[in-house]
Amino acid sequence: MEYKDYYQLMGVERDATQDEIKRAYRKLARKYHPDVSKETDAEARFKEVGEAYEVLKDPEKRAAYDQLGANWKAGQDFNAPPGWDAGFEFSGGGYTGGFEGDAGAHSDFFESLFGQFRAGGPGGRGGIHARGSDHHARVLIDLEDAMHGATRSIKLQVPEVDARGHVTTRERVLNVRIPKGVKQGQHIRLAGQGNAGMGEGKPGDLYLEIEFNPHSIYRVDGRDVYLDVPVAPWEAALGASIKVPTPAGAVDMKIKPGSANGSKLRLKGRGLPAGSAGNRPGDLYVVLQLALPPATTDKAKEIYRNMQQELDFNPRARLGM
Amino acid sequence: MGQQKTAILDGIILEAETRLTLRELCDACAVTTAYIAELVDEGVLEPSGIEKSHWCFTGYSLTRVRTAKRLQQDLDINLAGVALALELLDEVRQLRARLNRITE
Repeated sequence: MEYKDYYQLMGVERDATQDEIKRAYRKLARKYHPDVSKETDAEARFKEVGEAYEVLKDPEKRAAYDQLGANWKAGQDFNAPPGWDAGFEFSGGGYTGGFEGDAGAHSDFFESLFGQFRAGGPGGRGGIHARGSDHHARVLIDLEDAMHGATRSIKLQVPEVDARGHVTTRERVLNVRIPKGVKQGQHIRLAGQGNAGMGEGKPGDLYLEIEFNPHSIYRVDGRDVYLDVPVAPWEAALGASIKVPTPAGAVDMKIKPGSANGSKLRLKGRGLPAGSAGNRPGDLYVVLQLALPPATTDKAKEIYRNMQQELDFNPRARLGM
Repeated sequence: MGQQKTAILDGIILEAETRLTLRELCDACAVTTAYIAELVDEGVLEPSGIEKSHWCFTGYSLTRVRTAKRLQQDLDINLAGVALALELLDEVRQLRARLNRITE
């Protein structure tokens, strides 16, 4: 098991005051709170900081932790020395801070030091029936999955408490159907698939937050889909009928004569499908991007030179130049 | 580490389909009706129906209540602060979506 340097995690000195520790925690908690932070490892960092704070904010636990000595380095192989906690008394029940009350929130290191002081293991007390906590996970899907629906295999780390009150994690694999028309940021609720309840309590629910993988050509906003489509100058100037891809397959599209760079053309109902009855499907927006033919051949240079001579065109007229 | 495979599970899209009564919302979020009423007073939730007994919430309310609860517990902020944080988070989300639409 790895030694955890709680002072380093909190970014404070070993002789920091309780106030300094509290301030450091508040700052880090706001930074890494999974509801607020966009960092990919936010939840892991939030739990780490929460665990460090749980030890350091409690003078008894902090004193016991300090007693292990200052010579340990983070990540070093660690086993609690026998009788290390002699003479310390921990106030029971102090099980706060953990994200969603998730018993798996603490590291093995923490469990080996303080785990045995948790009040009441499973079955340790008769007659307690509590609903299991809900479990949250994020699922990455592709745009195509939302177009057509899909089945995704989801791996969950499920904390389990053994007879001696120690927490281990077990991997659980669920196959979940991703409904057609699901939007970024929506939640799929799977009733009864959360953490097990205590006693006869019902299990909690599982919530899956849908997130889209970035797509190579499409950008998604709600149910609308955006697509940049390059056009040649003569297509934009003279009008044209071009083929454009859509998530549901290629379509022909008309471009009006005199179209400007950046013009947005809407293809109604060609975005993501409606999730349920009463919803409208999204639209596809084609954004025109003028592409210039390279002037690498004599012929191309000649044509550009002709345009220069024949056209009375000042691209910087608006700048007064 | 044991692995356990199950059949394909069907869930519901919370935001799209669910209509929740006050009781159902409280059960799903493990909070009291008084807490929900406070969130309504703060403008965090907007139920349909004027009287409390007829309140009806959208599925979106569920994630909102849960986020409110987490922010309050984990960051130790009061309800007015939670309401402000939720609004700003919504705005950040919208701006990010817009940014993502324009650039990339």
